[in-house]
Amino acid sequence: MRPFVYEQPTDISTAVAIASRFATDDDQPTRANAQFIAGGTNLADYMKLGVAEPNHLLDLNQLKEAALRQIQVTDGGIRFGALVRMGEAADHAEVNRRYPVIADSLRLAASGQIRNMASLAGNVLQRTRCEYFRETSWQCNKRVPGSGCAAMDGFNRQHAVLGVSDACIATYHGDFAQALIALDAVVHAEGGHGARKIPFAKLHRQPRDTPHVETDLAAEEIITAIEVPAIPWARRSLYLKIRDRESYAFALASAAVALDLDGETVREARIALGGVATVPWRAGAAEEALQGKKLDEASAGAAADAAFAGAHPRQHNAFKIELGKRTLVRALLETRDMKV
Amino acid sequence: MSQPSALSTNGLSRRKFMAGTVSAAAAAPLLASRAEATAPAAAQPKLRQPVITSLRINKQAYELSLDARTSLLDALRDHIGLTGTKKGCDHGQCGACTVLVDGKRVLSCLSFAVMNDGKDVTTIEGLASTDGKLHPMQQAFIDHDAFQCGYCTPGQIMSGIGCVNEGHAESENDIREYMSGNICRCAAYPNIVAAILQARGETKGA
Repeated sequence: MRPFVYEQPTDISTAVAIASRFATDDDQPTRANAQFIAGGTNLADYMKLGVAEPNHLLDLNQLKEAALRQIQVTDGGIRFGALVRMGEAADHAEVNRRYPVIADSLRLAASGQIRNMASLAGNVLQRTRCEYFRETSWQCNKRVPGSGCAAMDGFNRQHAVLGVSDACIATYHGDFAQALIALDAVVHAEGGHGARKIPFAKLHRQPRDTPHVETDLAAEEIITAIEVPAIPWARRSLYLKIRDRESYAFALASAAVALDLDGETVREARIALGGVATVPWRAGAAEEALQGKKLDEASAGAAADAAFAGAHPRQHNAFKIELGKRTLVRALLETRDMKV
Repeated sequence: MSQPSALSTNGLSRRKFMAGTVSAAAAAPLLASRAEATAPAAAQPKLRQPVITSLRINKQAYELSLDARTSLLDALRDHIGLTGTKKGCDHGQCGACTVLVDGKRVLSCLSFAVMNDGKDVTTIEGLASTDGKLHPMQQAFIDHDAFQCGYCTPGQIMSGIGCVNEGHAESENDIREYMSGNICRCAAYPNIVAAILQARGETKGA
């Protein structure tokens, strides 16, 4: 591992100031001169592999702002401090009661140990586990811009079918993010130009021809909180995750679903898909397809077809289209049948 | 104190060799801090400058001078000599390195030791009481033959204690789900589940 200077800023503005001092305009996330660490479950791994090589590592765990570690339940919804650990949020009674889809997405992610370590903001910003991104001897446009993509004609069973480009097909593996994008969460961030709010759907960027630019955040910007609006009917919601083994694996396909039902008719549906796309993926076409319809196997199937209409499979991942559709149909019907 | 010239490892066990290099390295920060004292500029952390880290491990205080890159796992094994915590994958995929930090189970391979400054760490060596009586979770693993080769066992036991303390050992399914971060290549899983079921009533606060 490349040596780095370790610093422990004690407030957000100092952390931003230190990071600003070392940031350059052409900083790309994996090669950024200064990087933030909270749980370390993703970054420490990538530093060991030589994928991330920060010269300055800024440990955010000593930041004194108390709200960073709190889950606040208000009439307006729930506000998660950025440093709250995944396990804490997954076990939180009000999160489970109001937003089952959030609790499910956290509980089904990673392992007990990792959930105790990983912060919510870090989880949202986790990097892809594309095998060709992880191993520095392969070509990878995300890791080294312009170097090519070894996944295109390589072993791409894990790779994305939605939101792909000619430069990158790496999957976004997170689960929590699917619940957040479905519920219209808002990200609070602080950086060199002050504080701002970012709609969760605008946080991640599709790869297009710049797959190394993964988020809307500047190099010195820190997520301070994630806010989920109050949605009373979100009690009827769940996260369904399908994978190669029952636990502790990334999704091959997953669905975050929340339904506002009038009897069996859909007033409003929220749908996001994991394991199949390059970024957290809101399935707007599927939501529209269901609006005002009676929710049954046929309408759910039509919505699933709409969700994957724009899918682009490669040699080994075409199965994800059918798997993704069936996952969504099952998630929709199970959500419909929830007792709330 | 061993001299750096003890780099000839003839007749030294690997463990003693590692312990020797630790005490030799510990001299470095003293020199560094003396140099800082004569410099008028404010002390900025520098590349490769050792970081003084205080850890309380199994109720005993340690002060270490560490390269910032040192994982908590390597600090425990190579710097302190507590080799009960195992290195499996070193990438957070197997759970062999599980320890408790401030009572919560974490992966010591994915945590830089310097990030644990001032924290309480419990390893497998800290479980048995001073009179040698095993922790109920240790005893349960023996009672249920919950291992074959034993390499994953310290991590399984620490994780099992964490799992119980988190309140996620209510059923066999619960235990299987919440222990999924600990891989056992000998596949002693049914026995591990049985051991945790036995120990859960007697395990609190490790």
